[in-house]
Formats: sequence, C-alpha cells, structure tokens
Amino acid sequence: MKHDRTTTIIIAAFVLLVVLGKLLPQWAMFIMTVAFARGLVVLGLLLLLRAGLVSFGQALFYCIGAYAAGGLGRFFGISDIFLEMLVGGALAGVTAFVLGFLLARYRGIFFGLLSLALSMILYGLLVKTEALGSTDGFNILPSTLFGWRPDAEWVRYAVLVSAAAVAAFAAMLVHRYLQTPLGRLAPAIKDNEIRVEYMGASARRAVHVKYVIAATLAGIGGALAATAVGHIDPEMAYWTTSGEFIFIAILAGTGNVVAPFVGAALYGAIHTMAYDLSPNTWQMSLGIALLALIVFLPEGVWSLTGKFRARHS
Amino acid sequence: MKIVNVTHGSFYAIGAYAAASLTGAWLSRGYPPMLSYAVMVAAAILVAAPFALFIERVVLRPLYARDEVVILLVTYALFLVLEDTIKLIWGVNPYYIAQPYALLGSFQVAGMAYPTYNLVLVAVALLFGGGLAWLLHGTRAGKLLLAVIHDPEVSRAMGVNVGRYYMATFALGSLIAALAGAFTAPTVSVVPGLGVDVIVLSFAVVVIGGLGSLPGAAIGAAMVGVVRSLSVHYMPQVELFVIYFIMAVVLAVRPRGLFSLAEPRKI
Amino acid sequence: MPVILEARGLCKAFGAVTAASEVSAAIEKDSVVGLIGTNGAGKTTFINMITGYLKPDRGTISYEGRDITQLAPRDITRLGICRSFQIPQLYGSLSVYENMMVGIGIVLRNAGLAGYWSRANPPVPGFARPAPEVAEHLLQRFGLAADRGRNAQVLPGGARKLLDIALTMVAKPRVLLLDEPTSGVSAGEKFGIMQMVLEAARAEGATVLFVEHDMEVVSRFAQRVLAFYDGRVIADAPPQAALADPEVKRYVVGSARA
Repeated sequence: MKHDRTTTIIIAAFVLLVVLGKLLPQWAMFIMTVAFARGLVVLGLLLLLRAGLVSFGQALFYCIGAYAAGGLGRFFGISDIFLEMLVGGALAGVTAFVLGFLLARYRGIFFGLLSLALSMILYGLLVKTEALGSTDGFNILPSTLFGWRPDAEWVRYAVLVSAAAVAAFAAMLVHRYLQTPLGRLAPAIKDNEIRVEYMGASARRAVHVKYVIAATLAGIGGALAATAVGHIDPEMAYWTTSGEFIFIAILAGTGNVVAPFVGAALYGAIHTMAYDLSPNTWQMSLGIALLALIVFLPEGVWSLTGKFRARHS
Repeated sequence: MKIVNVTHGSFYAIGAYAAASLTGAWLSRGYPPMLSYAVMVAAAILVAAPFALFIERVVLRPLYARDEVVILLVTYALFLVLEDTIKLIWGVNPYYIAQPYALLGSFQVAGMAYPTYNLVLVAVALLFGGGLAWLLHGTRAGKLLLAVIHDPEVSRAMGVNVGRYYMATFALGSLIAALAGAFTAPTVSVVPGLGVDVIVLSFAVVVIGGLGSLPGAAIGAAMVGVVRSLSVHYMPQVELFVIYFIMAVVLAVRPRGLFSLAEPRKI
Repeated sequence: MPVILEARGLCKAFGAVTAASEVSAAIEKDSVVGLIGTNGAGKTTFINMITGYLKPDRGTISYEGRDITQLAPRDITRLGICRSFQIPQLYGSLSVYENMMVGIGIVLRNAGLAGYWSRANPPVPGFARPAPEVAEHLLQRFGLAADRGRNAQVLPGGARKLLDIALTMVAKPRVLLLDEPTSGVSAGEKFGIMQMVLEAARAEGATVLFVEHDMEVVSRFAQRVLAFYDGRVIADAPPQAALADPEVKRYVVGSARA
C-alpha cells in the first residue's frame, strides 16, 4: 500500500497544532475552532459536489447539530464536548437518512432548491418555538471533556484540540472512503448517471449514502461551532448560512479532504479582515472575492497546489 | 432564461430604496402628493436600470457558458456586493414613506376597512402579468425571446442578436423586481436586508408555480400569499415554515411545478 | 439451441406514437442477431425495454426463463444483459483508463468483493486478474491502449464507440446488446470493429444482438435478422432471406437495392 501524502499532512498538522496551539492568542484559537467546524460541514459538501450535487441546505444539519448540543446542556445538563458532537452528528445523520429517501432522487437545481426548502422549514419552526428561545436562541453550557472541566484559560485550547482531533479523524475517514469503489463513483454519477445505472450500480443509493455522511459531518460541525461560540440561534439554519458553506466549498475546491479546512480558515481570515477594515462593506468584499474565485480559480485554492506541483516536477 | 437569480432580491431592495428616498424627498419639498406614485415608478426604473445593464453586460455575459449552478453562485456573489452597495448609497437608517399608502385611504368590505393601496397593487400586478404574457406570446420580439431561451446557439445561427435579448430580458426582470420593491416600500420600513427574505420567498413561489412558467408564477404567488395570510390568522406558529413546506412538497411530488412541460428523450 | 431471451407481445406507446406493437422474438443462446429498420421503427425502444430503461405497456420479457419485465437497468445488468449505446455513454471528464476502472469497481462491488472500506485489488470475476490488469487487457483488445490517459470527451467518434463497447464487456455479459456499434465509424473500419467485438463477445460465450443500418455489415455478421417497421417486426429470418423480403425491401432497405 503506497504511503499516502494526504494522511501524512493531516497527522503532521494535528501534531503541530497540539504542540504549538497553546501559544496562540485566544481569538486565534476561536477562529481556528470555528474554521474546523465549518470545515467539517464543507467536507460533507465536498462529497456531494464530487457527485455533481450542490446542497443549498447543509445549514439544516449544522443547525440540528448545534441545537442538539445545546439541548443536551439545557435539558439534560450534559456538557461533554465529544458527547455533544456525537449526538449532534447522530441526530443529523438520522434526519438525513430519512430525508435522503426523497432527496436522493433529485439532481441539479432541484436538489439544491429542495435542500434549501428543507433548511428553511427548520428555520421557520425554530423561530416560532418558544421552548428553544425563538429568534434569540439560547446559550450553551461551557464544555467539559470526559468529566474534566477545564479552567478558563485552558477551555479554548481544549475545545480547539478536540475540534482538530475530530476534524483529522473525519478527514482521514472520508479520504479512505473516496478511494473505495463507492467513493470513486462520485465523478461518474456527475458525468453520466445513465451509464452508472447500466453498469449495475444504484446512483440513488450512492447519493443517499453521501447525503447521510455529509449531514453527519455537518451535525458534528454544528455542535462544535455552538460550543465555540457559546450561543445557538435559528440563524444557523437560514439560507445565508448555507451560502457561507457553499462559498467556502468554492474557495477550497474539491481536490483534497484537507482543502475544506484550508478554505474555512481562509474564509474566516477574509471575513474577519474585511469586517475590521470596513464593517459596512464586508459582504461586498466577500462577494467580490467569490466572483474572482469563480472567474479565475474555479477549482478552488487547492488547485493551486496541483499547478505548483506540475510546474516543479 | 434558465438562471436562478439571487440578485433579483437586490433589485427589489434597490427599487424600494430608490422609491423611498426619492419619493421622500419629493414629498418633503411639498410637491403634489398624487404625483408621488409616478416618482416611485420613475425612481425605481431610473436607478435600477444602470445596475441591471452593467451587471448583465460586464459580469453575467462572459459566464453564460458555465453550469447553471455556477451562474447561481455568481448571482449570489452579486447579491452580496449589492447588499453593501445599497448600504453605501443609502446608509443603514430606515426609510419611511407612508404617504402614498395612506393617501388612497381605505374602503369598506364586509364590515372591515381595507386599504385601497393594496387593491391597486393587485390590479397593477395583474396588469404586469398580463402585459408580460402578451409581450412574450403576442409580439414578435417575445416569441424570439422564447426561441433564444430554448436554444441560444441555433438562434445565433439564424441571425438573432442573442446578447441583446439576454440583456433586455435581464433588465426587464430586474426592473420588474425594482418596481415590486418600490410599490412595497410605502407599506414597510425600508431597511438593509430587505432583499434577503424576499428572494428565498420568491424562489418558493417560482418552484410552486413551475420554473419558467409565467402563469405558474402568478398562481404560485397568489397561493403563497393566501396561505401565508391564512396561517398568520389561524395558526401563527406555522406561518414561516408552511411556505417552505409547500415548496418541499411541490418539489417532491411535481418538481417542475404545477404547470410543467414534458421531458425529452435522453437515450 | 435453448432460448436465452424471449420477448412476448411487447407494446409501447408514447402518446400518439406507437413505438412497439406486439413485438415478439425468441433469441437463442450463442446466436448473433441483427436488428434492422429505419429511424423510429422501434429498434432502440426494443432494446430500452429489454434492458429495463422503459417498461412496456403490455407484454413480457424473460431471460433464462425468469421474468425481467419490471426490473431496473442496474438489476438487469447484474443478471448478465449489457448494452452499448447509440450515442456513446461515457464519463466525459474521466480518462479512458479511469472510465474502465470505475466500471470494474462497480462489478467488484456487485460481486461483494469490494465493500465500502476495501481498497484491495481482488481478481475480477470472469477475468481472474486484478482490476488494473483487466482494464489494460480490455483497452488493448479494443485498440484504446494508446488513448488511456486522454479524457473521454476529447476522443474521436470511433474511439468513443469502442470505449462504450469496452465498458459493456467489463461485466462479462451473457447477452450483449449493441445499439449501432459502427455508426460514426469510418467505412473502412466498420468490418474490423465488428470482427473485433464479435470475437471478444463470442470468446466469452455471449449471445449478441446488434442494431445496424449498414446492410453489408448485417449480411456479413448476423446469423438471423429481425426487421422492424412502425413498431412491428416485419421479418424474422436469416440475412439473405430477410433482405430479400418484399416488405423489408419496401420499408427498410429500399427497393432500389437488389
């Protein structure tokens, strides 16, 4: 079995983070944690994008994960971060399993719009649910790690390392999946579904599986984000949140499982810089950046590594 | 035009802002209030038109060859840019122009007072819908447009100036959105983010009615409006989600909407 | 020879258009059958119904005695009936080699030899060699080895046809349905390609049905001819007899030909 460069990068990055992470300022730790959370969602999007499907409603599962994590604290007093991610991911995954029976039959713009509609349904429901704080949402309990409650100065680091661990694990699993026959079916489904069916495979089943995986990842990401931010509200299910994930996916490109995290980090950086520069024009900066990406770098920033390698080999 | 256009929401907002600001200025100078309607319309058209033409020619035209999802993302990016452009031009404070709304008074229907303005809006909407339908099916230009939409390459080969048709269509659509925003402006407070809710709601309308179908859009809009009002009245807690629920149901059961065409053969 | 595939009374209408009207045919194992007819006569509809892409309004299709009328294309493929397409159905953005590997991967998955997590290279059923070797072998067989790195969408017409057919062979079909295998191929190459394909198919013990417009190819390679017109089978005979049939002459071949 050939030694995989991607796995090496993931492990190396993780080790680097654990060792050097504590030296980062608190705000940087926060941004990185959020980047890992978003990166997980976009990792799921990557799976779907490779099969030619653009989901405009990943926020649905992101929000489910967040509310599950918050709900654990609010109703059960549970604040363990790994439990929150587990439950968030599981709940999202089960939802996707059920919805997938419907959604896996659609492609193109219909898939996109249906996923959008589903996320907006959740938004509408949450906004009107008093028990969950309506539009205000509610706060999440401070995180504990396997029963240990970290001190104020260690909390962010602990959350960051947990996030990185989960992200690394997820990335490696997805990387592995992409090398199996089912994983390699994605570009085939995108190119010619008729051919896929005629070779004896079920495109619908493959899409269903990918949808569930993507949802689970998004749920975990949502739980993580909720933990990092400390607050949950229905906005997490709004279509603009899904839009952010799509933005990151375009920014990153689908070339490698590491790309979504790089993209999420870049997005966080651009967002923060643009906002600091001029709070009233950060959306414009984002919009211009997206346009520039679509025109000049349609395969995302990860494609730059390919070009770099091609030029130097 | 086979484009799912998020920028549409921005034009709605631009129209609302243009109407609110210019009509507000008009009224505060003491000019005849009855003419404020004309000002609203003129404001929306004059302000939105340059935006529309510029966007179509400079941003969209080079990218038509790309996938429909890519174009959607482009319109989303434009939407982001326009949201802030609006803030830069008009600021973040809300605009109120209640006068055109109040001016028409109300009339009695079934023992309740109903604002005349709303009825006028319905009439205007029907007028526009009818006018658009006539334009598409009754005039030569409209029929050529349908041909261009169906197959731009063949149309180009037959000598039709496809580029000009695309620009005209985009401009027309955007202007109508702007006018919608202008007409709505007197009934709400015009604030940043006006386009955000409206655009996803209009997607719901279009999906329910059928993508690309004009009568479908009309019926879809009517349905959405009625369902929304009914739910606000009888079951307020479902108000927000019921529209998207219907959208999901329509997509699930009849993806091409209530008025769909047959699918051609593939292999 | 025993009957391997049988269609009984197939009827299919698309609104006012009758694509199939009481179409019946019993295909014997190991035979080579040519399907001829003008465009719109119902040949591709016939193939589409056999392979499950369309469901007949009436009638049944049975394969080795088993009713397959209502099955989906992927199930029918797994049973051993594979088809190639009039317009080659390829994975455009993948290379020729990757096209083959995806196909082989599906076969492995269906045989239960490669699950969700497996990255191993087990021998491919029917070939007894691991996937990369099978891909190479088939590419060599069909003369595509030199193009292995090129993206499928940039291939010329003839090569696309060959790749389409090569993909069909991956699943080791027992019944091979070829929809216009030589259309788009230059006149000089037609015979060579048919020879190549039929040899490959026969070597695996497959029964072959092929749709053709070139009557010389039909005369040369078919043992039996089914002539279609207006959704009906108007002749069912060996090539010489079928091509001489007055109705076939009138509706398919054209009476100017002798």
